[in-house]
Amino acid sequence: MADFILEMKNITKEFPGVKALDAVDFKVKRGEILCLVGENGAGKSTLMKVLSGVYPHGTYSGDIVLNGEVQEFSNIKDSEKVGIAIIYQELALIPEMSVYENIFLGNEIKKGAVIDWNETILKAQGVLKKVNLEVNPDTPVKELGVGKQQLIEIAKQLAKDVKLLILDEPTAALNDDDSANLLEILKDLRKQGITCIMISHKLNEVMEVANEVTVLRDGQTVATMDRGEQEIDENEIVRLMVGRELTNRYPARDVEIEDILMEVKNWNVYDSGGKKVIDDANFHVRRGEIVGISGLMGAGRTELAMSIFGKSFGSKIEGDLILNEKRIELNSPKQSIEAGINYLTEDRKEKGLILIQDIKSNISISSLQAITHRNVINDNEEIKNAEEYRTALQIKTPNVEQKVMNLSGGNQQKVVLSKCLLTSPDVLIVDEPTRGIDVGSKYEIYGIMNEYVSRGKSIIMISSELPEIIGMSDRVYVMFEGKLVAEIPKERMTQEEIMKYSIGQGEKTNG
Amino acid sequence: MDKKQKNLNTLTNLMKGNIRQYGMFIALFVIMVIFNILTDGIFVSARNLTNLYLQTGYIAVLATGMVLVIIAGHIDLSVGSIAAFTGAIAAILQVKMGLPTIPTVLITLLVGALIGCWQGFWIAYRKVPAFIVTLASMLMFRGAVIAITRGQTIGPFSDSFNKMSVGYLPDIANFEGIHLLSLLVGVVGVVVYAIMEFNKREKRRGYGFEVLPIQFFIGKLILVSGLILAFILSMALYKGIPYTVIILVLLIGLYTFITTKTPLGRHIYAIGGNLEAARLSGISARKTLFKVFVSMGTLAALSGMIYSARLNSAAPSAGNLFELDAIAASFIGGASASGGVGTVFGAIIGALVMASINNGMSLLNLDISYQYLIKGLVLLLAVWFDISTRNKNK
Repeated sequence: MADFILEMKNITKEFPGVKALDAVDFKVKRGEILCLVGENGAGKSTLMKVLSGVYPHGTYSGDIVLNGEVQEFSNIKDSEKVGIAIIYQELALIPEMSVYENIFLGNEIKKGAVIDWNETILKAQGVLKKVNLEVNPDTPVKELGVGKQQLIEIAKQLAKDVKLLILDEPTAALNDDDSANLLEILKDLRKQGITCIMISHKLNEVMEVANEVTVLRDGQTVATMDRGEQEIDENEIVRLMVGRELTNRYPARDVEIEDILMEVKNWNVYDSGGKKVIDDANFHVRRGEIVGISGLMGAGRTELAMSIFGKSFGSKIEGDLILNEKRIELNSPKQSIEAGINYLTEDRKEKGLILIQDIKSNISISSLQAITHRNVINDNEEIKNAEEYRTALQIKTPNVEQKVMNLSGGNQQKVVLSKCLLTSPDVLIVDEPTRGIDVGSKYEIYGIMNEYVSRGKSIIMISSELPEIIGMSDRVYVMFEGKLVAEIPKERMTQEEIMKYSIGQGEKTNG
Repeated sequence: MDKKQKNLNTLTNLMKGNIRQYGMFIALFVIMVIFNILTDGIFVSARNLTNLYLQTGYIAVLATGMVLVIIAGHIDLSVGSIAAFTGAIAAILQVKMGLPTIPTVLITLLVGALIGCWQGFWIAYRKVPAFIVTLASMLMFRGAVIAITRGQTIGPFSDSFNKMSVGYLPDIANFEGIHLLSLLVGVVGVVVYAIMEFNKREKRRGYGFEVLPIQFFIGKLILVSGLILAFILSMALYKGIPYTVIILVLLIGLYTFITTKTPLGRHIYAIGGNLEAARLSGISARKTLFKVFVSMGTLAALSGMIYSARLNSAAPSAGNLFELDAIAASFIGGASASGGVGTVFGAIIGALVMASINNGMSLLNLDISYQYLIKGLVLLLAVWFDISTRNKNK
């Protein structure tokens, strides 16, 4: 009988309209590293949030059994008390504070009412040794690289006497050396008796450290593989991750694909820290074509799109952007929209909509010049335009003077899409166009996209949903770590093929 | 029955949609009634009401600019000091340099606009928080006033300059107890308003849109016309319409037009409502914000002149705590502390509320310490009202 530190039994977690976790069973053996893999949205993060108490007891069904005892966490503090710690992709360190202050933040060593700084520094040195990090504990965290910061985050959890450490894509932001180092540390910790759950998209890393691999798909456990009992094959993992039947339907499209409309050459983008985020991207899109850009979160897809859209991402951009056979320079979203390239954001609430305003104002905001004569906006034309889109896109609302914040996600998405379409761009870049909306609305949005390219326009679609990419794209580019690593034509498009390139496997193709 | 039900629904929808706007009218009404009772009817006398409007003038001008700043998601703490500074500039131009009124006014407005450029530069193009930039200006321009006036009060202004604040529309005939031209202006105003509303309704119908049922439309016309006439009457029964009120009405018209009818206005609401979304929608946020602060500077100069004209002199201590009145007026008028919401008209009503509090407490001979206490509380409550009603909407 194996010694399980953790057993999660029959966990079901529902959000309005979505079953994020469906009767998941999940077991972790003491002193091992278990890797949890699955597509975006498979339920990995939700499961870990249930485990760590972010979703308190009562908001899910099923049992969490830790060391043989049923646990009922009502918040993160409760799970920390029994030795569970979770480290997210976004680091929770305070940049201005020193290493030791960060390590003991919220967990201060006190003598009476005051902090015992000497003891703090001494203990900090102890946990830093455990993660094999040689830094002066006095150093402000902001002066350290991301790799070291990640280790400090781990040290911070070790200082709390952690028994079960959960890491959510710990190497997503790290370079190869730092990643390798981090994996070594995890192996070290295993020797020291700490159990680890690592969520990762990078299968080579999974293969390196995992004792066990659990695959989640659509909120269900589809397999748990034990290294001790069987060979684990990467291809098998990929197949298990994506191996579902297509449940979504995609409307058919019969559009003639014509000449090249937009081309991007030798495109390099650096972020504000000087890091190269997009590395020599080359791609094009033709009239009448929907081109997919696939890849995992953090691969640089949104950064690529926004850097093209009037340099709205990136502090330094090199390369050529060619539209209608003319090289153009777009320095702001305004110029980009005027030139005929528009971008539908992946984050409709933060970056797409003005929630406190009504539908018509949101739809017209990018196209005010068209309804303005002698500097006066024609309100009635504005309502007319908005009404046309309400009908065409079937936005469910009594009238276009409703506040956008009162609409459902799907209808909000249609409002943002209306805003972009009203500027009638030659090239529309849509970033996760159907994220978080119901199947019916998805189908309608696909229909609108088909209709749009049939007018001789082009759409570039970024999506994390493989069925959507395959169902809608004429061609797909795959991104991995800032590079376009593959161009896959319609006939070779399979989920396995795309996933292979998304996780950095396979030869680079120059299609 | 069916129609009745529908009409009732229209009415409740009208009420619901505008509850925040009614809040300020209710506040104004309550304050007026309370002061009227406490002063034994002096507060609502024609003489005092005219006086009240004159006191509202310089606050309302500031509030007009301030509400735009607040809609854009910022704040301006420097308007009191800038009003004092520009008032002093006007005094120097006129008293020390002997310039006639019109050049004085134009140069002073230009100085205000330049100060606005300075603030706009730091806030929009150098990304220094408006709170800090205007706090710095508050101190700097207070220093500048003391420097250019050498700590002395400068005056008197010419009669034509003072008319901005203490002049009234001349009368055309001599009727006992009533100012005929003012009354005429009021009637013309009502007719113009009715024609405009009617045209608007017809245009909407031309597009095939739903319009207010005719009985509500007429009801609204009668209600608003009544309010306009009552407002005019409250002045006509005393000395007629003051020039300050005329300046103010023109200003409200201009700024309401800008905020509701022009792309610039939309852009201001958009950057305050969601800066990132506005930027990605192709709005130049920096240019828009810059213009908002230029407008604020110009209006601060106008306010400074109206205030100086009222006192017939520019004093180094002028404009003290004007920013509080203007900011409070904007919030009372329905602007939101988180940006993106507010109206010029609301801010004017808010200014009237603040002026009523000033005026009423002066009539009661309340000590200045109580006046500060009450005005501070009013500001706090107005913002709390905004936040609590906003949360309920979510």
